[in-house]
Amino acid sequence: MNTSRKPSVSRYLYTFLIIWLLWYGFTTSLQPAEWITGAVVAALISFVTVRYFECCDPILFAPKHIVWFVAYFFVFLLALVKANFDVARRVLSPQLPINPGVVKFKTRLKNRFARMVLANSITLTPGTLTVDVVDDTYYIHWIDVKTTEPDAVYREVAWPFERILLKIYGE
Amino acid sequence: MNWIFDILYYAGLFLILLGSVFLFLGALGIYRMPDLYNRLQAGTKASTLGAMSTILGVGLVHPQWFVKLFIIVLFIAFSNPLSSHALARASHRSGVKPFLKEGGEDAYAEEVAAEKARETEKSTL
Repeated sequence: MNTSRKPSVSRYLYTFLIIWLLWYGFTTSLQPAEWITGAVVAALISFVTVRYFECCDPILFAPKHIVWFVAYFFVFLLALVKANFDVARRVLSPQLPINPGVVKFKTRLKNRFARMVLANSITLTPGTLTVDVVDDTYYIHWIDVKTTEPDAVYREVAWPFERILLKIYGE
Repeated sequence: MNWIFDILYYAGLFLILLGSVFLFLGALGIYRMPDLYNRLQAGTKASTLGAMSTILGVGLVHPQWFVKLFIIVLFIAFSNPLSSHALARASHRSGVKPFLKEGGEDAYAEEVAAEKARETEKSTL
């Protein structure tokens, strides 16, 4: 999204609604005082953050996208649990089996939010940590470097997530 | 109906136990790893799943809090990796060298050096 352009009114309303829903989630109360306060707070926050609010475009709630989101959630959860057992294995073994290094690869994603999601997912998957994203190049700290070839790194580290993100956000 | 809450209660206790175990392993990882980046690796993964599972466990023990706690879990899932990325990036840029074994590669050092070279070029013009 171009942050210098003026956001439309519907954009404001949409941001406002999502933040108001979050407020409901936190208070879980239907008293008028609560939802009036919520509306005021949501209006203030949406006014400030509407330019940066690019996570939840309405188009993403199309049914086929929701299916991919659910798939992503499970792939991610599995990777997170695996990552934790991986950490446990490395930490508990006496000789500390690590071979760390920083490697890089290039992504095919264009959407900024999708890139952020990919970076976060990589951080939480076994043995990898996103150090920086410069344009389309990801710099990854890998606890057990198997290859430094960018294409091979891409297949090994990013492909399980990017495969699904490409389906949702396109190239 | 009560047996459903019993199951939720014990599932919640199990999740809290599991979360504490992962948090402990994360702490052990921070103690044992040789440098900042490896410590971040251990710390981030373990503290994310540990905190998420503990909080969800509390949500199952007290179902009336579940929605709130679920939003907190989502927030942790987004913010935890971001903060570890910020720490790793800032440390690398302020000169903390990653621990490398023989033949280990540090691709980010080249990028930082190239960026610095571009900046000095700009300032000399």
